[in-house]
Amino acid sequence: MDPRRVVEGLRTIYPEGRLLARPAELLPYESDALTAFRARPAAVVLPESREEVVATVRWCYHHGVPFVARGSGTSLSGGSLPVPGGVVIALNRLNRILRLDPEERLAVVEPGVVNLAVSQAAAPFGLYYAPDPSSQPVCTVGGNVAFNSGGAHCLKYGMTSNHVLAIEAVLADGEVVRFGGESLEQVGPDLVGLFVGSEGLFGIALEITLRLVPKPEAYGTVLAAYRSLEAAGEAVARVVASGLLPGAVEIMDRLSIEAAEAAVHAGYPQDAAALLIVELEGEEPEVEAELVQLLEVVRASGAYEIRLARDEPDRQRIWKGRKSAFSAVGRLSPDYLVQDGVVPRTRLGTALAEIERLRQQYGLRVANVFHAGDGNLHPLILYDGRKPGELERAEALAGEILRLCIRLGGSITGEHGVGMEKRQYLAEMFCEADLQVMRRIRQAMDPREIANRGKMFPEPVRTAQPAVAG
Amino acid sequence: MSSHTVVRPPDVRSVQETVRNLSCVWPRGAGTKTALAPPEGAAVLELSQLRGVVDYDPAELTCTVLAGTPVRQVEELLSRHEQYLPFEPPLVSAGATLGGTVAAGLSGPGRYRYGGVRDFVLGVRFVDGQGQLVRAGGKVVKNAAGFDLAKLMVGSVGRLGVLVDLSFKVFPAPRARATLRVDCSTFEQAWGVLRALYGSAFDLEAVDLEPPSTVWIRVAGRPESVPARLRRLQEFVQGGQAVEGEAGVWERAREFRWVPEGWTLVKVGLTLRLLPQVERELASAQTLRRYSVGGNVAWVACPDEAVLSGVLERLGLRGLRVLGPPGPPFLGPRGPDGFGGRVKRALDPAGRFGPGL
Repeated sequence: MDPRRVVEGLRTIYPEGRLLARPAELLPYESDALTAFRARPAAVVLPESREEVVATVRWCYHHGVPFVARGSGTSLSGGSLPVPGGVVIALNRLNRILRLDPEERLAVVEPGVVNLAVSQAAAPFGLYYAPDPSSQPVCTVGGNVAFNSGGAHCLKYGMTSNHVLAIEAVLADGEVVRFGGESLEQVGPDLVGLFVGSEGLFGIALEITLRLVPKPEAYGTVLAAYRSLEAAGEAVARVVASGLLPGAVEIMDRLSIEAAEAAVHAGYPQDAAALLIVELEGEEPEVEAELVQLLEVVRASGAYEIRLARDEPDRQRIWKGRKSAFSAVGRLSPDYLVQDGVVPRTRLGTALAEIERLRQQYGLRVANVFHAGDGNLHPLILYDGRKPGELERAEALAGEILRLCIRLGGSITGEHGVGMEKRQYLAEMFCEADLQVMRRIRQAMDPREIANRGKMFPEPVRTAQPAVAG
Repeated sequence: MSSHTVVRPPDVRSVQETVRNLSCVWPRGAGTKTALAPPEGAAVLELSQLRGVVDYDPAELTCTVLAGTPVRQVEELLSRHEQYLPFEPPLVSAGATLGGTVAAGLSGPGRYRYGGVRDFVLGVRFVDGQGQLVRAGGKVVKNAAGFDLAKLMVGSVGRLGVLVDLSFKVFPAPRARATLRVDCSTFEQAWGVLRALYGSAFDLEAVDLEPPSTVWIRVAGRPESVPARLRRLQEFVQGGQAVEGEAGVWERAREFRWVPEGWTLVKVGLTLRLLPQVERELASAQTLRRYSVGGNVAWVACPDEAVLSGVLERLGLRGLRVLGPPGPPFLGPRGPDGFGGRVKRALDPAGRFGPGL
């Protein structure tokens, strides 16, 4: 459809100021945190009520115009990249916490609520919202739901999916549906589980009921420095084998340590080849007992320096370095790609050695920051987009790393989602029959394929499908 | 009552063929959820021959098993490596299978601490309504690739597909456990204990309320810390007695030994706030109850389903029939199924797994 007609049509729903169509207004929406991709939508709309979202979706469906829902645009997989000539539905103004119920330990929120805002609102009641992606000060719950975001605590606490109780959503054809409930225990198929992580391909979540959990009474946070990345990886295996179940196990390599240190002065040991962060949490007597064991294991693993967070500010400092690692590494290079593959935890060493070999082969720098507890790698591939061919080389290296993860029995994405970036690799992880079933489900929700068109499924999106009855 | 043809496919390919060749099939593991019965005219597809552990590496904290594998076999294997299934599947002694546990969507009292079966399923392979073998999810603990059809299968009671294998997250087993029994004088008071615990930072493994007024609280952890934690808990609830032979208490709950022979047992999801109202309604009907997972689930046993059905309608709560005479899976009000209905049509367009969800 002609972009001008899209704008005219949407003017029936939006007043001036909440319908953006001038090139300068569209510019900030042309890409998300995966800056290698850009596309210009016909219009960006800023709904302030769920009725406006529903009306927009219905208008798009009626006219066959693709739309992309967007929160803060922090997707690292290009998940909120606009469809050229389509509509971007920016949900940031739907940012109300509709209900905070400490007694039932839940929060009902609109999709544009920022992840951290939920925990902040819950904090006076000793509660918090557990999933903690590094972007949590800005990323929205709607985006977290669409991409099943993770964070540093997934081994023990799971991903976004494990913390969503109920959803009200508008499906791509305009039907508003509700599923799930306020109880932790439901009967019937887990529809919430299906919706979370569907990458916006079914429609848009309008209202999300989140589970809150009590803030642990005590933390035991240990920072250990190693002379090699392999030794840090080996330490993780030892920690797990010892029967401990830490809330978080993180590793940073030399390049990311240097970057984080330069950016936020976390006070990390500067000569380390790798840092391991292990955090225990729970009741005080339990954490105390576990800490004794953890320190023994870490000492025996060859760490040359071990620090124990003395107090909460100290603990926050340790985490600040880790959480700022992505943006810090960004300062070392004009551009970077973040990969998000997962390998079985016991294959971490193999994976890291292979990434190092590939990196040399491609002549690019790679910084490794990862959730070691759940095998979720985050190699940051540094490149300079102004140098001809360097982006292509970075993408090729990223692809090799994804294939490596599949080969080792893991996944192409732990928490960023497939999005735009990894579509081709989904077909390497799953066979055609698996993808066909996923496409059938997509078709059932969105027969015209207008919701986040072009994401997740490998091209060509439209293959000849047998007509589905009913 | 009609009799049903029973098919026992020896392998996955035969499961696919059976689904393709028959107009209506009903997957069954060991049949421990006696109330869940095949629809009229359906052939029973019994998965007892699809059993065995496919993959288990203790260092990975993951495990892949065929759907017909008894939970007991998996738990024995895990315990040899000091690991366990934290969602504490019920009916283990009765012979429940992993596939049946996922399909019925059942978790035990231990769900309080780390989550239910939905939180531990990582991946599945299933046969859809067209006989296609479909894989979803994976074997690693963190995975966001593709639609999460593994979770979708939880609670699907065989109506979306036939599970053939499942991958799970497992955890290191706590080395010590202790249980506190708190006898209150009224239900309201016992409810108050549950509320106080729910609002606290105690890291409890299980919290059950057995009417009229007994609260059972289980602590799990290290042998050197559990006694101290139990004492703190006693201070907090101002009383309670440590239970000797506590494993038996939970075994009885987990196996539903308190349910009289021939009665129907129904699982009802609810929230803590509703407890007094639900208890009032149910106590006035002829029922036995046990509230588990800190008040998030009611297990309700009754000799007369019609009465219970009426109560659930009134309360607006939906129940899953678990034990008792064979019949349809759900009681109480039907939710709107705009989303679920679409999923059903996509996975089972011909209705081979029975009508509806």
